[in-house]
Amino acid sequence: MAVARRGVHRTRWIRLQVFRYAAFLFAAIFFLVPIGAMLEFSTRSNSGARTLEYWKSIVTFPDLIGTVGAPGQATGIVASLELALITSVVMLVLLVPTMVWVRLKLKRLNRIVEFICLLPLTIPAIVLVVGLFPMYIWLGSNFSDSILTLALAYVVLVLPYCYRTLDSGLGAIDVKTLSEAARSLGARWEQVMWRVIAPNISNAILNATLLSVALVLGEYTIANNLLYNNLQVELVHLGRTNAGVSIAVAVASLLFAFVLLIAISFVGGRPRRARPEAATKLGAGPVQGSAG
Amino acid sequence: MGTLPFFVYVSAFLLLPTGIVAIGALFDANNAFTLENYAHLSRSFVVKSTIDTTVVSAITAVLGAVLGSLLAYAIATGNPNGVLRRVSISASGVLAQFGGVTLAFAFIASIGPAGFVYLFAQSHGFDFYAHGIWLFEPIQGLSLVYLYFQIPLMVLVFLPALDGIKPQWREAAESLGGSTWHYWRYVAGPILFPAFLGGTLLLFANAFSAYATANALINQGAPMLAQQISNAISSEVGAAEPGFAKAIAVQMIVIVTLVTILYSLLQRRTSRWL
Amino acid sequence: MTERSGVEVRLENLVRRYGAVTALDGLSLTIAPGELVALLGPSGCGKTTALRLLAGLEQSDEGRVVIAGQDVTDLPVNKRNIGMVFQAYSLFPHMVAWENVAFGLQMRHIGTAERKKRALDMLELVGLGRYAERYANQMSGGQQQRVALARALAIQPQVLLLDEPLSALDAKVRARLRDEIRRVQLEVGTTTLFVTHDQEEALAIADRVGVMQSGRLEQLGPPTEVYSRPATPFVADFVGLTNRIPGEVKFGGVEVRGTQLPLVQKDFPTGPAVALVRPEAVSIAGDGNTSSGPLVGTVIAVAFLGAVSRVTVDLGDIIVLAQLPTSAASDHPAGSKVRLALRPDPVLVDRHD
Repeated sequence: MAVARRGVHRTRWIRLQVFRYAAFLFAAIFFLVPIGAMLEFSTRSNSGARTLEYWKSIVTFPDLIGTVGAPGQATGIVASLELALITSVVMLVLLVPTMVWVRLKLKRLNRIVEFICLLPLTIPAIVLVVGLFPMYIWLGSNFSDSILTLALAYVVLVLPYCYRTLDSGLGAIDVKTLSEAARSLGARWEQVMWRVIAPNISNAILNATLLSVALVLGEYTIANNLLYNNLQVELVHLGRTNAGVSIAVAVASLLFAFVLLIAISFVGGRPRRARPEAATKLGAGPVQGSAG
Repeated sequence: MGTLPFFVYVSAFLLLPTGIVAIGALFDANNAFTLENYAHLSRSFVVKSTIDTTVVSAITAVLGAVLGSLLAYAIATGNPNGVLRRVSISASGVLAQFGGVTLAFAFIASIGPAGFVYLFAQSHGFDFYAHGIWLFEPIQGLSLVYLYFQIPLMVLVFLPALDGIKPQWREAAESLGGSTWHYWRYVAGPILFPAFLGGTLLLFANAFSAYATANALINQGAPMLAQQISNAISSEVGAAEPGFAKAIAVQMIVIVTLVTILYSLLQRRTSRWL
Repeated sequence: MTERSGVEVRLENLVRRYGAVTALDGLSLTIAPGELVALLGPSGCGKTTALRLLAGLEQSDEGRVVIAGQDVTDLPVNKRNIGMVFQAYSLFPHMVAWENVAFGLQMRHIGTAERKKRALDMLELVGLGRYAERYANQMSGGQQQRVALARALAIQPQVLLLDEPLSALDAKVRARLRDEIRRVQLEVGTTTLFVTHDQEEALAIADRVGVMQSGRLEQLGPPTEVYSRPATPFVADFVGLTNRIPGEVKFGGVEVRGTQLPLVQKDFPTGPAVALVRPEAVSIAGDGNTSSGPLVGTVIAVAFLGAVSRVTVDLGDIIVLAQLPTSAASDHPAGSKVRLALRPDPVLVDRHD
């Protein structure tokens, strides 16, 4: 970065960098200290030395881990992972075709679909659960009271976030032209959907899936009030008796989600030409003129 | 009608439960029509809870919006393809979403009575719980903890608005004689304000509806409205008055809906010229 | 609208480096009061850098900028009293047209009623009086640029700077708007610097054209001179179409396929070289059926351009473009054999390709 000989721009740039570093410093402290504290807490032993005892003992809590191979009866981690998977799949199968269809043929429904997908933001989970309660009692006695039925409610919860992500993904490609080209070459609609459109919004699909996974893994309200024992519910139970272990699991799940999201942002990070180049120059950004 | 599955599903699992809540609030245990449930909303603990929840939501909305927008600005003015930006956005995505339980634990572990920050400060003579353990008090403690996900949420919502600011606007403003102050006062400020206000409203709705964090942090009583609802479902009182939980729920919907309507009105205003 | 006679603008030895890259290598340029100078060149030649240095949006490493006799090199952009039109996106989205135009006046503490009146006058000047209450996103690209022009002129700047204002527009709009800009500039009389990569634009409206390459000014002169008497091979190539025909430099001139042509560069070393010949200097001397020679070939294509046509001729080893009146070109359709002739004007030569 060339150093301008004269004053105004340089001072402005310096002031901006000072602000940025200060902001990131405070943010780092505020957000990392509690996580660091969780790490510290979960490795603290009575004698004052560090111990991995809590971490190692995670596996000794069957309710926390849950049992693999008994779908529907699992609890804790296994249950939450299974739920995450089911929720993501159902969400994609439900949303992608619907959104593509609306874009192609049913433009008038766009407003309605958008509104519905934003509703779950307005209707708090705690309120939803009040209405779901009697429904789940009915479901439980007539179909199944497996914990996996929670996925049905979870799909609704993730709608707002996934809709927005998929919407911007679909907006960046020319859905109409792609589908017309595919159809003219003889493709059926399922093929258009999953072999042509979906691969081109893979980034958005990945992000939507990730948001779903993050939300499902962190979901507590509905599970607790419908009396199911998913990961977060088990954590709270455990936290009342054995803080060390529960905090170890909490850290682990947080880091897991974080690593996953970062990995995706690098894997899916193909340069998107639709993006404007504005960001660097906001405010008193370093003034880099085009050289010619 | 390829959109049919979607509408059927949504009707079953979103509209139906909401309907059950809205209508159920009008019936008592014997399925007779009644407005008693709504009358019971004036019970003192419900009123207090509503007030406390509103206070916490307002505080964390405003603070979260201000701090979040500053952080977003720091991110937006950096390298658009840089590592720092990716990490910040991913971290924001995780923290904004990730369940209050973990967060409650994190704060208990750091500044709780057994947390290392507290112990560290105490050993250096600074006992910040000398006047009571405020971490478990609804307004102070919960507000601080809520900020942990309110700030990242604001970053996620406000960053796109910042990214949309074109560098030419600043250069044009300056070429026309405007100083930095003029630029923010007449150009960037007005352009960003709707997004900022919208973010604040979103944060308010978010805090108002929060249940998990409150429940994990505060075991005594049920100070937040969300916890009131939960209690009303599962307690004995709840069994005798099944419509009560629904009435509280409806009250919550009304408040949050008002806020959301304001939010979408703001969005429409912005899209007029953006 | 009081008329303002322009002021003199001087760029003296401007140097601007970005790390190892030298964007401007000692540029010196004087713009006379009221003159419109166009800086023309490919991307990366330094023309935009020069403009931004004049504006004050960037700082030079060496050199001076002088406006109306005052050294403004150390003056920040918002104190220089310049008016600038950007390539795109520069209208404030949250203000309607007249508010945008009035912004500069607002910065100069002029009252609302007065500045609204002046803004409306300016919008009339650019032909957009009826669009005063529209937002940027309710106007076409061409209209937005006209508002941007009005906004830049509303403050009665000493210098008007235009950074490729037409590049983001459709071809038809471009031609019309370019003439608009020139009309307004002449009417107001402001000294103007116009940067573009489109040579047709530059030649059409400028009083003088400065052709730039790699941070240096290759030629500065009136459009006719730059076009018909290019000073360097780069200018000859960049401005207008050029045939590159191999030939041999001998004492006194250059021999090109049997024709002796005078040489512009008197001290060019003898030996093989490439002559730069304009299509207008190539004519069709006659039917090629009965003759042979280095200037005989077959017509591949005829491009109808209105009054003139461009004929592409394959001479076997090279392809040559000739430009002739359409009536003459119609005698030699594609597929016919022709014999070309080169007008005996002085040509530039370049190193052998």
